[in-house]
This record gives sequence, structure tokens and C-alpha cells, in this order.
Amino acid sequence: MAQVTNQELIALLSERFGDKITGIDEPYGLLTFHTTKDAIIEVLQFLKEDSLANFNFLTDITAVHYPEKKLGIAVVYHLHSMVKGVRVRVKVFIDAHHPAIPTASTIWNGANWMERETYDFFGVKFEGHPDLRRILNMDDLDVFPMLKQYPLEDPNRVDKKDEYFGR
Amino acid sequence: MNHNQPVYTDNDPQNELVTLNLGPTHPATHGVFQNVLQLDGERIVSGVSTIGYIHRAFEKIAEHRPFYQITPLTDRLNYCSSPINNMGWHMTVEKLLNIQMPKRVDYLRVIIMELARISDHIICNTIIAQDTGATTTFLYLFQFREHIYEIYEEICGARLTTNIGRIGGFERDFNEIAFAKINKFLKEFPVALREFESLLNRNRIFIDRTAKVACVTAEQALDYSWTGPLLRATGVDYDVRVSEPYSSYQDFDFEVPVGTSGDIYDRFLVRNEEMWQSLRLIEQAMQKLKNEPEGIFHADVPEFYLPAKEEVYNNMEALIYHFKIVMGEIDAPKAEVYHAVEGGNGELGFYLINDGGRTPYRLHFRRPSFINYQMFAPMSKGMLLSDAIINMSSMNIIAGELDA
Repeated sequence: MAQVTNQELIALLSERFGDKITGIDEPYGLLTFHTTKDAIIEVLQFLKEDSLANFNFLTDITAVHYPEKKLGIAVVYHLHSMVKGVRVRVKVFIDAHHPAIPTASTIWNGANWMERETYDFFGVKFEGHPDLRRILNMDDLDVFPMLKQYPLEDPNRVDKKDEYFGR
Repeated sequence: MNHNQPVYTDNDPQNELVTLNLGPTHPATHGVFQNVLQLDGERIVSGVSTIGYIHRAFEKIAEHRPFYQITPLTDRLNYCSSPINNMGWHMTVEKLLNIQMPKRVDYLRVIIMELARISDHIICNTIIAQDTGATTTFLYLFQFREHIYEIYEEICGARLTTNIGRIGGFERDFNEIAFAKINKFLKEFPVALREFESLLNRNRIFIDRTAKVACVTAEQALDYSWTGPLLRATGVDYDVRVSEPYSSYQDFDFEVPVGTSGDIYDRFLVRNEEMWQSLRLIEQAMQKLKNEPEGIFHADVPEFYLPAKEEVYNNMEALIYHFKIVMGEIDAPKAEVYHAVEGGNGELGFYLINDGGRTPYRLHFRRPSFINYQMFAPMSKGMLLSDAIINMSSMNIIAGELDA
């Protein structure tokens, strides 16, 4: 079974998408790159269906909030090629004030709940998602709790400041 | 549909569909989650799953805890096989910190993880039997889960939420009693498992209830991101222990059982065979331990591994390390890491982003129960209610892992 290296994947992606692929890195051997909101579905489709890459398995979708960045929410996709034994991480940075990105549930059914969870905690609107409701939190919660501006403890309490606990 | 309120159908005689609230607390769900089912007689027309009843915001809490304080949170994900979660978390941090583990620690971890896998599969398979009406097997095999918990107790003092091991190894070496208990388990469990199999594997009633029920093809399973025994029952031989070996699984000789039709019977057989393979792994690990130097139970990483208490009292360096570790002031690289282990239900992934602070910047758990369960409502369509119940048992949905 022919293996595929990160370099081959980078070459393949750069050839196909050019400057839409940025920030290429390999932390702990896992190929990571950034792309844009407009290109993400095309990139995922390409990764899934191209015979050299063949990332047929969607491992996970989640998000990360970086309040100090201009595009403050990173939506992170982990894909896995079981045939080649390679993983890849795709990140898309979107505006934290109007977080919206096309849904990947058109490519994998498994993306449905992963995107609902991401919406529930970060407020990312997955455009075209069939059923974008909260999943773990209660329906009438009016915040997206994983955003960094929401503290863990009640901020009015004086006895539970993080610095007292070495956090 | 508002899921906070039970749903009632109107009394229009033309409308013969019945709405059934299966859960949130129902003996057949084995956990706290609700399914609102529309029934036509005994057949399910449609279903909506509502989850989140024991959501405890672990990902948010983890952003405010030093690494070693996150281990108890992982206990409470899949609480039927807590040690696998604990080890998975330790290995994620060790990967971040580039810690090389001694072989002996790896083998001790394999023993404890495979015991956890057996206890997880005991729960799932005996409950399938229980839900098809075979109470005997449930009570009979469940005592071995108790024996496994006694082994945990000997190693770490706890039984269910184990908090076993530390970043960089174990908190103490396995003692003689622990090894004796493991040996006793290795001798007694195969007998009971064989009896369990002989009661069910060729049992006509059991096969009628489980075979050709809730069949899933490999394509569907991959499309829904299934992993673990559920995926393997459809015929895909994906096992993290083989595809990306961690904790020296590459040193071991074991097989990955696969099914063919992905039905409940295949899932049951796959889990049974995995218990046999786990026993093989434990036996091999016990053999390998004999060739390893005695008394090594942690890596030599004083800046990350808590020193022994008598060292702290008598040695300045150990005192400094102790203070720094407890206050969370360790120098972890600014990096992000994804590490996956083969949990009881599938690929358990930890996605950790560290920004150099005391706590993770972001920690995400890829929880197999959560991802596996989303197929339950779509696949229940057209199924008999009683089949859907054993389908749910065979998916081994653990509420703690589902809701995080």
C-alpha cells in the first residue's frame, strides 16, 4: 500500500488551491494548514475524494476562540485517511463577531452533531446545516459558553479568584 | 419540538401515531438521555434524540486547571473504562512534552488499559444479554468486573473514577497483591467467558433477537464517523492500537476481530473476541515484564513528575520541583497536539492547544459515544421498539462520554 508523505500532500494541495492554502506546519508530524471560508468545502471534498490523499474519514470538528486576533474563531477539522494511515488538520479562521462557515454535513453525515456542538459552544453558524440547534446546553441559554469572555466562576465572588488557586 | 416538556399527541382517532418519551430516566437506556419516538404500533416512524442531561462543561473547566488536575475530569467521560481515558490524557501531555517512557511503564499501562477494555466490554455484552432477557449471564459475568475493580483498587486505591497513573508514569509500582490478583483473573476469567459464550453465541433465542437487526454497512459507518467495535463489526479493521501504536502496542501480538454485516450479533461477537485478545495482551505484558528491570514505574522527568514525599522533605531540588508542579508552573512548549487512543467505544481523541500558560488554552475531547450515537435516531426508523432498545445497548452509549 503506497504511503503518502506530508510533502506530497502539500505539493498536491498547493498545486490545486494555490494561495488559498496558507500557514502550513507539521506539529508532531501532523500536517496542519489554514484555508479560507470560501474554499473550505472544496478543500474538504478534494481531500476526501482525491485518490492520492483519500481522507475518507472525518475524525472531528471543533473550534478555538482567539479574542485578540482579527479573525477570532478558528474552526478546526481533523481528517483521517485510514487507507494511508495519515491524518490532516485543516483550520479556517472566521470573524468572531459574525461567525459563519458552510456546513460539512453535505460531505459527511457524521459532521451533523459535531457542528451542532461547535455551534452550541462557540456560536459558529454552519450555513446549510439541516438542524442547527443547541445540543448539550439548554435551549434558552443566551450565550456561547466556550468563548473566552465568559469566566468559569462567578466573577462577583471574591473568594474564588483564579490566582489564589495557581491557575 | 420543546424537549423540556413531555410530548403528548392529540386524541384524534385518525391520528394513530403514538409519541413515546423514551427517557431521560428509563431502565432500558442505561444512562440519562431522552429519545422522543413516534410509534406506529410497535414500529418507530421517527425519533429525535435529546442529550446533554449530564453535561458538566469539562472543556471549559479544563481551561482553568493545570494538566495534572485534568486527569480526574477524564475519569468521568467513559466511567466504565476510566483508566483508558486517564492513560490517553497522560500520553497526550507526554507527547506534548516529548517524554520517552520506559518500556516497563508502557507494559504496565497496557495491562491496566486492557483490563479496562475487558470491564467495558463486559458491561456492554452482558447488558445486550440482559435486554434480550438473559439475566443469568448478566449477573454471572458482572462479578468479574468487580474483580477488575479490585485490581484497580490495589494499584491506585479507587474503583470507578480511578485517576490512575500520573503524567510521566504511575504514582507507585504495582504491588505483589496486584500481580497476584491479575494472575488470578487471567486464570478464572477465561473459564467464565467461555461459559458466557456457550450460553449465548449459539443460543437460538439470542440469535433471533440480534442477528440481522440494525445492520450497518461499512460505508454508512464511515460516513457517520463510527469507530471502535461498532465500526469493526461492519468489517473495517480500524483499530488505533494497530494503525498508530501508542504505549508500545507494536511489541505485542494480537488480532483485530472484524464482523461482516454490522448487526447487533456481530457487535456482540466482536466485543467478545476483543476480550479474548485483551487477555492475550495482558498475558504477553506479564511475560514481558519479567525481562524488564524491577521497580521502574515512571520516567526520569523530575520537572514534570511529582517527587516522593520523603524527597520533598529532605531534598531542596525535589522541594522546588514539587512546588513548581503543584502550582502548575511547568515549561510546556507552545504547541498543539492531537493524540488518540482506542477507548472501549472507539477512537478517544484529545486535541490540546497549549499557549505556554499553566493551563491548556483549549482542550477538546473527541468522544466516541457522542459521535457514534448520532446515528441512533436515523437508524431506528422502521425498527421495532424492542429492537431499538437492544440496538442502543449494543452501541454502549455511556452518558458521561456522550455529554462530557
